[in-house]
Amino acid sequence: MELIYIAAAIMLGLGALGAAIGMGLLGGKLIEGTARQPELGPMLQGKMFLLAGLIDAVPIIGVGIAMYLIFVVAPTAAGA
Amino acid sequence: MAGENPASTTEYIQHHLTNLVYGNHPENGWGFAHGAQEAAEMGFMAIHVDSMAWSIGLGLLFCWLFRSAANRATTGVPTGLLSFIELVVEFIDGAVKDSFQGRNKMVAPLALTIFVWIFLMNFMDLLPVDLIPELLMMVGVPYQKIVPSTDPNITLGMALGVFILMLYYSIKIKGTGFVRELTMHPFNHWAFIPVNLFMETVGLLAKPFSLGLRLFGNMYAGEMIFILIATMFAAGAGAGIIGGGLHAQIFGEQTSAWFWLVIFILVCGVCRLNLKGKISTGRTVLLCMVFMTIGGGLTALGGGLMQWGWAVFHILVITLQAFIFMVLTVVYLSMAHEEH
Repeated sequence: MELIYIAAAIMLGLGALGAAIGMGLLGGKLIEGTARQPELGPMLQGKMFLLAGLIDAVPIIGVGIAMYLIFVVAPTAAGA
Repeated sequence: MAGENPASTTEYIQHHLTNLVYGNHPENGWGFAHGAQEAAEMGFMAIHVDSMAWSIGLGLLFCWLFRSAANRATTGVPTGLLSFIELVVEFIDGAVKDSFQGRNKMVAPLALTIFVWIFLMNFMDLLPVDLIPELLMMVGVPYQKIVPSTDPNITLGMALGVFILMLYYSIKIKGTGFVRELTMHPFNHWAFIPVNLFMETVGLLAKPFSLGLRLFGNMYAGEMIFILIATMFAAGAGAGIIGGGLHAQIFGEQTSAWFWLVIFILVCGVCRLNLKGKISTGRTVLLCMVFMTIGGGLTALGGGLMQWGWAVFHILVITLQAFIFMVLTVVYLSMAHEEH
């Protein structure tokens, strides 16, 4: 039963870790690129948002599943 | 909270995550399922009526809206709705021109349809979670999920449609080149055909699968957080500091749904008056605060603020996910049009 909470914690933590690294690289490179060639800024920003959405998807799915585990699966398992 | 008085938070969440299913039950015959277990017993030949109705309805809304704008289009300076529609069309047109290399008249309209349709379906997420299910419950509909894109059937169905288009154009444009691509790709030698076929097939199937699951996962997680905020605060709303006592006087234990609806309409009305410039912003905020305080005490006000905060963040997510789905569709179709 308690393992469900551990599972949710790992899911949230590692998901956030990966996304944070990805976002950090992405944002850093965007700023580097824009500083180098400011006229490409808007185009790069559009592409960055697209990739940010792609990076964001996996951890947010993890958040959804973790919430489901904590608030639905764990109480049901405790009650059963 | 839901009309049949769910005993616990868990039941409330599960109630909100259950679709309205119509199908053939082995014992009870054709009809709507009462609960998730009965829906599971109906097996494969059952349909999620709510997802279907909302998605088709929103699709019709999109068609009607864009058609009416197209009929009124002039060469002059567009105003209001027309300029907004023009903005959307130009935005999609630019995005498609950037990422689609082939020649095909169908891709830009397809991209526009996908983007606006998914956006509208995702937008249902921003309506208050209890509002429509509660109203429908009063007329006797037991379950209702109003966000079609939180249903994997809808998102994977759309991804399947994209996948069929990918295959169709691959075969149409490349002909036997498509077979070559599948069998001779990373290692160009006849001995490697099975390995190549396996790798390319996995790569091909992963595209629609990730496309559908990404949209579903994002919307599901967002919906889940809305529901959790609602459970956190709705449970305490009855005992809210100011409004709660008032409610207990009028309604007893359970506040009826029409009361929330009246408050919701009042708040919307005030915001609309503010947009029209009839009342000042300061007074708008004050009036909204008063309505929300009467509506559910200070806890509900806190819940409302949290819902609002998440909704503001979610506007970004729903637009971004619709955009990503659209761009990836265009990119996949562009890959299907590439000749080697």
